[in-house]
Amino acid sequence: MTQPVSPPRDSTDKVPSAAETPPWRAVLFRADVRTLSLLGVLAVLILIGGITKPDEFLDTRNLQLVLTQASVIGVVTVGMTFVIISGGIDLSVGAIVALASVWATTVATQEYGFGGILFTAVAVGVGCGLVNGVLIAYGGMVPFIATLAMLASARGLALQITDGRTQIVSVDSVLDLGERDAYILGIPPLVLVFAAVTVIGWLVLNRTTFGRRTVAVGGNAEAARLAGIDVRRQRLYLYLLSGLCCGIAAFLLIVLAGSGQNTNGNLYELDAIAAAIIGGTLLTGGRGTIVGSVLGVLIFTTITNIFALNNLQSDVQQIAKGAIIVAAVLVQRRTASTT
Amino acid sequence: MAPEPPLLSMSGITKSFPGVRALDGVDLDVQAGEVHCLLGQNGAGKSTLIKVLAGAHQPDTGTIRWRSEEVTLRSPIAAMRLGIATIYQELDLVEHLSVAENVHLGHEPTAAGFVVRGKVARDSTAQLLKRLGHPEIDPGRLVGELSAAHQQIVSMARALSHEVRLIVMDEPSAALDPDEVDNLFRIVGDLTADGVAVVYISHRLEEIRRIGDRVTVLKDGRAVAGGLPAKSTPTSEVVALMTGRNVEYVFPRRPTAAPQGEPVLTVEGLSREGEFAPLDLQVRPGEIVGLAGLVGSGRSEILETVYGARKPDTGRVLVDGRPLKPGSVRAAVSAGLGLAPEERKAQALLMLESVTRNVSVSSMSRFARVGWIDRGAELGAARAATRELSLRPDNPDVPVRTLSGGNQQKAVLARWLLRGCRVLLLDEPTRGVDVGARAELYAVIRRLADEGLAVLLVSSEVPEVLGLADRVLVLREGTVVHTAPARELDEHRVLDLVMEGSPAS
Repeated sequence: MTQPVSPPRDSTDKVPSAAETPPWRAVLFRADVRTLSLLGVLAVLILIGGITKPDEFLDTRNLQLVLTQASVIGVVTVGMTFVIISGGIDLSVGAIVALASVWATTVATQEYGFGGILFTAVAVGVGCGLVNGVLIAYGGMVPFIATLAMLASARGLALQITDGRTQIVSVDSVLDLGERDAYILGIPPLVLVFAAVTVIGWLVLNRTTFGRRTVAVGGNAEAARLAGIDVRRQRLYLYLLSGLCCGIAAFLLIVLAGSGQNTNGNLYELDAIAAAIIGGTLLTGGRGTIVGSVLGVLIFTTITNIFALNNLQSDVQQIAKGAIIVAAVLVQRRTASTT
Repeated sequence: MAPEPPLLSMSGITKSFPGVRALDGVDLDVQAGEVHCLLGQNGAGKSTLIKVLAGAHQPDTGTIRWRSEEVTLRSPIAAMRLGIATIYQELDLVEHLSVAENVHLGHEPTAAGFVVRGKVARDSTAQLLKRLGHPEIDPGRLVGELSAAHQQIVSMARALSHEVRLIVMDEPSAALDPDEVDNLFRIVGDLTADGVAVVYISHRLEEIRRIGDRVTVLKDGRAVAGGLPAKSTPTSEVVALMTGRNVEYVFPRRPTAAPQGEPVLTVEGLSREGEFAPLDLQVRPGEIVGLAGLVGSGRSEILETVYGARKPDTGRVLVDGRPLKPGSVRAAVSAGLGLAPEERKAQALLMLESVTRNVSVSSMSRFARVGWIDRGAELGAARAATRELSLRPDNPDVPVRTLSGGNQQKAVLARWLLRGCRVLLLDEPTRGVDVGARAELYAVIRRLADEGLAVLLVSSEVPEVLGLADRVLVLREGTVVHTAPARELDEHRVLDLVMEGSPAS
């Protein structure tokens, strides 16, 4: 019998004595520290932007631009956060955004006007999510592989549809959404959509059975199964959700760019994963926050903006992004181990 | 008794884990060239002791002497350098590497810094395999393609690829059929003839009689007998040593009248190939039925199959006379079954989550309208369930990982209590639970039964099954060998049954 004594296993995850700080407070504190440190990083970035380019950076139009750019990737990141919390990964988000954006802007689709474009974008996103979800949940495929396959084929299909051409949108009601006239209290509609997705995402994750099941599946899939949760169905729903977010993001992108292109959403998967990770989502699943992910998105978008304003090339941006990911994860590991 | 000083001498070894004292001053002397057997029930401390010897655990106190010199085994590598090799029961082989690569893992033959591939490694591996009586194993094959028995041989070859003076074998015969056991014994004989010492752990008394020289019996983290002659010590004495306890568990009183009423859980001819033979049993409301048997006797597999976590090959499970959909946990849970699994942390708990969320996870929809959770109602219900079981601390917001083993188990029980489950399946309910907290857990289990729950209990601790259950099924290698009311059995008889397969005369 090698297993009779289970204590050896206990030794690795030490139980903090109840006499010290109450553990619940430690958890609360840690969550706060994480959010606060992200807010701190964002504040520092804004400071840097304000100092280096005081006139351009703090200009209302520029801030509106930053938030608008954050909206597209932000919506994708909310879906990605759910998937990662459940212990999965979705590498196909960028490709789905591309496919949804070109499918929704074909000449045939545009004939149906605003509704046709919106519906098609969302339907294509959900459809791709359905394929991912079925392959992973019921086909037993590893999420990495299934979504990698989707990445390849969705991009291919997008290229096939457009034949490499940019599809200009000629539906005015769609284009108008991106105009300054459509801003509500100075906030672009795209940003409002992003805000709504964020709030709904937060509520779903923290206040609904769906969110609980997501966390349970990611934290311990076997325990979730033995507790009576339908783990496979939950996984299916999660990839559907990610696909839905991609569809919404594709629509936002169509509004923003006024066109659909097969190169849209390039490397969104990496940006979304990176934002979720620096936001404190565990890549192994079981823990993560919507607020953290959204802050991660804002940090990345702000960096891009500041670098662009200072005429720094994108290669420098990439290096800085990489360094931030490493730093964020190291800091989080530290705060996690000290508490 | 050899006159020369022992090869290995461990004295006063203690080792504590949070909440449990696994070793409590153990002494062990091993002579060169002897087969020294370690006996003890589950939880007696055998595993911890050999992990100390292998350098995997550091003892809290105590000294280890190796050839009369005091040594510290800081790491498995330190132990290996001295010539101590350990073959664990779960084989630690890399399935996707070849036999030769596994054997030389960690000390690959190198030339100018490059791993030597091919012939040299294969030849030396082939030689080792030949010495072990299995020249037919191809050193180039992937380990994952080999049978369990051959993997065992590879594991042994790896141990022997070092300069070895002492080999620890943890239940090496468990995965072997009789022919292979004979071969194993021949190898052990060859090794000891070369002066290598073998520390042999087994549950099978007949094996210990065949190859053992001396026996050390562990119980509750102490060596209750050291160096008994393996061949001549009577079985009754060995069993008495294994069972005589320092700690008397306090078991709750059984109800005087046997539970009546229709069985709520009925199992008919349930079996799984290679795990357990067709099984029939019934559990009535208010009744605790115990399954006693050693690890590997199919106990956990039975519970998990009843629960739908494994799909049966034959047979069915009925609740209130209605058959459950086979292999569906959800069907079992809806019908009122609840499982407290053996590996609480791996199979039951969401370690990052609060007690409330762990308790409510199986009944979430009850607190939710269209998916929206009423957290006040959830917290209230979780608090009521945990209070009923006196879970401490009395604050369901704390993370479940901060609880002691006993209270974690109560959180699992509270989950099913909240769900309103009617049949509770308990797999090793007191594993990892402090001795002091056990009595309380026993009282809780009995009270739940008194309130009308049907309980199916599995434990490798015979006194626990006998003390808690109303009726006991004794298992040996997947087959029920005996069924009786618990009060008609005692520990000796059950141990005889599980070790020998037939009642001792």
